[in-house]
Amino acid sequence: MFLLKLIIRNAFRHKLRSALTVVGVAIAILAFGLLRTLVGLWYHGVEASSATRLVTRNAISLVFSLPLSHKDRIRQVPGVQAVSYGNWFGGIYIDEKHFFANYAVEPKSYLDLYPEFVLSPEQKGAFFLDRKGCIVGKRLADTYGWKIGDLITLRGTIFPGQWEFVLRGIYRGAEKSTEERALMFHWDYLNETLKKTMPRRADQVGFYMIGVTKPELAAEVSQAVDGIFRNSLAETLTETEKAFQLGFVAMTEAIMIAIKIVSYVVIVIIMVVAANTMAMTARERIAEYATMKTLGFGWVHIAGVVFGESLVIALSGGLLGVALTFPASHWIETELAQFFPAFPVSMTTIYLDLAAAAMVGTVAGIFPTWRGATIGIADGLRRIG
Amino acid sequence: MGMGNGKPPIVEIAHLSKSYRRGSQTIPVLEDITFDIADGEFLALMGPSGSGKSTLLNLIAGIDKADQGTIRVGGVDITSLSDKELAAWRSANVGFIFQFYNLMPVLTAFENVELPLLLTGLSRNERREHVDLALQLVGLSDRVDHYPAQLSGGQQQRVAIARAVVSDPAILVADEPTGDLDRVSAGEILQLMDRLVHEFDKTIIMVTHDPRAAEKARIIRHLEKGILTDSDGQPASPVAGS
Repeated sequence: MFLLKLIIRNAFRHKLRSALTVVGVAIAILAFGLLRTLVGLWYHGVEASSATRLVTRNAISLVFSLPLSHKDRIRQVPGVQAVSYGNWFGGIYIDEKHFFANYAVEPKSYLDLYPEFVLSPEQKGAFFLDRKGCIVGKRLADTYGWKIGDLITLRGTIFPGQWEFVLRGIYRGAEKSTEERALMFHWDYLNETLKKTMPRRADQVGFYMIGVTKPELAAEVSQAVDGIFRNSLAETLTETEKAFQLGFVAMTEAIMIAIKIVSYVVIVIIMVVAANTMAMTARERIAEYATMKTLGFGWVHIAGVVFGESLVIALSGGLLGVALTFPASHWIETELAQFFPAFPVSMTTIYLDLAAAAMVGTVAGIFPTWRGATIGIADGLRRIG
Repeated sequence: MGMGNGKPPIVEIAHLSKSYRRGSQTIPVLEDITFDIADGEFLALMGPSGSGKSTLLNLIAGIDKADQGTIRVGGVDITSLSDKELAAWRSANVGFIFQFYNLMPVLTAFENVELPLLLTGLSRNERREHVDLALQLVGLSDRVDHYPAQLSGGQQQRVAIARAVVSDPAILVADEPTGDLDRVSAGEILQLMDRLVHEFDKTIIMVTHDPRAAEKARIIRHLEKGILTDSDGQPASPVAGS
């Protein structure tokens, strides 16, 4: 108890120095936590994937479409429970800064496959009935203050023109990881318009979503679907929704690796800074450690005092960093909503933050602890005055 | 051997040598020192800088190791003790008074005095009694909650003396105890040390440059280039006070 008192008082003896070190550790831990959250977000879509959903796309590339006629043949594959389809629309709201995902989908089958998009029966019915109707996630509606009945205009990029939709429903995510910043509208609306303006592009879909009866059948069904269309004009590639999402993530893997490396570098830098501070502190207190040894305290006591001080400073910084992570993530969610609609800090990240802070304290304390514990008394006492 | 105050020796030093290495050079600090210190004695060790007096004090107090020779304190050959045994021995038998007080700046006067007692099996209440008594002895009962920085130099040295005596050791070693004090404070400290010898039967071994401080001691020993001499510079008798 007495040693703990000594450790805490020593830790905050030089208030400015301790405060700067604590703030330094806190900023490093904050940066570490936010970068880890960013990396986690990148895999967010992967985590939200269902094991019973498959995605079928053109085998050449996602930018090539598939004929609508594939639908009925896919449905006949044993193990397939439901089939839906859609196109990535890529429409722009106001300007490019206001980005959000928007798809043309077959509404009924799509919402059946995605029970995590929770919509009231009234809104769902209204959406099904209105061919120009659309639904949006709650977060997206909140961002733009949209209400049911509002007219939303998107500028088409892949499908040129001004596209008007009537908001018929606002869905909520059943899970925290459910995407709530997307807009979905009737694929028929897109298709019928294309028939008039670009008939060559009509009756083509960007992807099929397949619901399988059991997750174990995923591989079998994938092979069967791709087998049907092998050697056809539009060969398919079918994979689990998770693998499909990972494919997107893989395109930016190098950036993610760089962010991960930066997050570790931040910790290493603060470790060096904290180690320097602790070494300086221990050097100043050598005579005190020698005095304690003179009075009969052993190396274990001295090591405890030095190491404890290093841990107290690093963990104080760590706790402050963790505490700052929440308002920082909230700020990112509100101020940078167009880039990070949700920026949830996971418990794993908090544990990683605290582990990183403990590691900073441990590494920073090793040399000063060894020095304090092994200094000869006579040598130590000479360092006074 | 006969002792200055007629009491048996508490410290017996025989053929003690100590040298330091500086690079490839070996520098002798103490050479073949042999002398005894009687129980309850107040001895001053004097000598020019580098004469080895602080080294001798450190060896007697068990905070440095001799190259050769033996030191027996209260019948225990401390030169044969391990570091761990020596630490336990020091905490039970020796009180330390330093030139610059060596108090913990983050602890109050009370806590500084309590420090050596943490290594004993005393309860919190027992420790409190001992600390109160020690601070009362040095006249600082009204400064228990003050931190060293809130005390004058003389008061800090009195706290250091309270810390030195709180575990009731037989021997007190003092390295230039008045070296950092003004004349008045130094006089008070010396008076206190004198009281410890006469009223509490402590044995004090004090290193000092200050002739006025040395005057307070009953016996004065001189060290010249690592050799114990009398005041006239001749090799000294091995018996302190003879």
